[in-house]
Amino acid sequence: MSLDVDVFRRLGAFTLQVTFRAEGGLTALFGASGSGKTTVVNIIAGLVRPERGRVVVNGDVVVDTERGMFVRPHRRRIGYVFQEPRLFPHMTVRRNLLYGRWFTPRHARDQSFEQVTDLLGLGPLLDRRPARLSGGEKQRVAIGRAWLSSPRLLLMDEPLSSLDTARKQEILPYLERLRDDSRIPIVYVSHSLPEVARLATQVVLLTDGRVSATGPVERVLTGIESSSILEARVVDHDDVFGLTTLESRAGRLRLPRVELSVGAVVRVGIRAQDVLLAVHPPGGLSARNVLPAVVTGVELQPGAVAEVKLCAGGATLIAQITRETVHALEIAPGRPVYAIIKAVAFDRAMLASDAGLASGAGSDIINV
Amino acid sequence: MTLSPEEYTAVRLSLRVAFWAVTASLPFGIVVAVVLARGRFWGKTFLEGLVYLPLVLPPVVTGYALLLLFGRRGVLGPFLAERLGIVFAFRWTGAALACAVMGFPLLVRATRLSVEAVDRRLEDAAATLGANRLWVFLTVTLPLMVPGLLAGAVLAFARSLGEFGATITFVSNIPGETQTLPSALYTFTQVPGGEAGALRLSLIAVAVSMLALLAAEVLGRRIARRLQGA
Repeated sequence: MSLDVDVFRRLGAFTLQVTFRAEGGLTALFGASGSGKTTVVNIIAGLVRPERGRVVVNGDVVVDTERGMFVRPHRRRIGYVFQEPRLFPHMTVRRNLLYGRWFTPRHARDQSFEQVTDLLGLGPLLDRRPARLSGGEKQRVAIGRAWLSSPRLLLMDEPLSSLDTARKQEILPYLERLRDDSRIPIVYVSHSLPEVARLATQVVLLTDGRVSATGPVERVLTGIESSSILEARVVDHDDVFGLTTLESRAGRLRLPRVELSVGAVVRVGIRAQDVLLAVHPPGGLSARNVLPAVVTGVELQPGAVAEVKLCAGGATLIAQITRETVHALEIAPGRPVYAIIKAVAFDRAMLASDAGLASGAGSDIINV
Repeated sequence: MTLSPEEYTAVRLSLRVAFWAVTASLPFGIVVAVVLARGRFWGKTFLEGLVYLPLVLPPVVTGYALLLLFGRRGVLGPFLAERLGIVFAFRWTGAALACAVMGFPLLVRATRLSVEAVDRRLEDAAATLGANRLWVFLTVTLPLMVPGLLAGAVLAFARSLGEFGATITFVSNIPGETQTLPSALYTFTQVPGGEAGALRLSLIAVAVSMLALLAAEVLGRRIARRLQGA
């Protein structure tokens, strides 16, 4: 599967000029509010026309302004989960779910109703009407409805943003199953770093209507919102002290025990403010994670803070320290240092199974 | 209270006329309401004016216009009679046409409001699920319009039951053919000793109209509740 987008559109003073290519898996369109993410997916769905440009899904041109081509939304077979559930209020959950099936050619109906309702836990809801569902249930029905239309591409525009934290946690595992089991490529719009770090296979970073970076999660998201993303593998559990050891390119990390099998691949988010720097190998420290690294850049920020970019075994780490420390320790590009991270800084709330990392299956994200 | 055969005929005719006036104008009403609610085209204001005109025009003028258009010697009358076999002049069908025209603005107004109230984002969602415009309209827009449509139809029905000026001008006052309840009532008031009949017909008019409004209210509430998903 492939999706090629190269579109231009003006909206008042705002210009959208976006070019990217997405392969299978889950591609996150990541960016601040107002960066044009929703407009991009609306253009892919055919709900908004680009002024110029083209969109190609699996080699099928769905819009090409140069050739005057525009395929109407209903003929694109692109599923769309909106920010709000947009369920049909006059239909039961069952009829909502089956709505798209009507219009799917028989040979293309590759999703089984039972399988999808099982996977999304919709069985007990089938005969209810949307008004009698909770927010989380509604969004699950919306996901199932889009899924059951057997789309060749699934667009999701911040499907969790209207939900509270508990409901988000309720839906996230379903999204992971959708990503892993459905084999439908997904374009996922979000401005939430933890969500993207947890779900994405690759990231397209949007800034002010333009693509400012695109590529693997670790690379694109490190440095965003002052945190680094590390991919790591579970190598050991220590039952006596309740710790788990991870192996990453940057070195070994120990953190409070996580319930994952040995060998599972995870993403670890590390906030820059949780990283200390030492110029000598530290001793007698309570912090258990000491990673040798080399300074690759120092960015002085307004106020007292400086952001230091480190290279640790090929992985990038970000540390936030004071400008005064930069001066006192003579932190400059090329200088070898030790990055220190407290084990208890790891926050288990963001634990989840992964997005097609190297190992493919059974991997997870941990945010620190 | 017993009705004379004449009065009974008038009541039955009135119901028939009103029923057909509303039924036949319903499809047109839906189309015009959707066009006015959604369309952007040259001459929209003119169409709007034309549709709402019977609301403000003296009914006699509307009836006379219908006579000029659909009368035996009218602009369209001979054509319709010869080619399609449809005759309006001095027939109950003419009364129904007059009622339809008079009730049309009410039907369109209520329906249009209901079209405007339909969440277009639901229509977008239906389109991404594979429904073309016609299917979107039939499966999403139309069902969600039903409460407004029903309200409009009831208003038009009630208006039809009460229609007098346009009907009597266009198709006259022929017992058994075009003498609807208001015409019969009017006739009673014009002859000595007709008071009792006029009173009976008035009571019936009140009862039928009231019943129609109540039925619409109950039905509307039930549909609205269903749409909200209870």
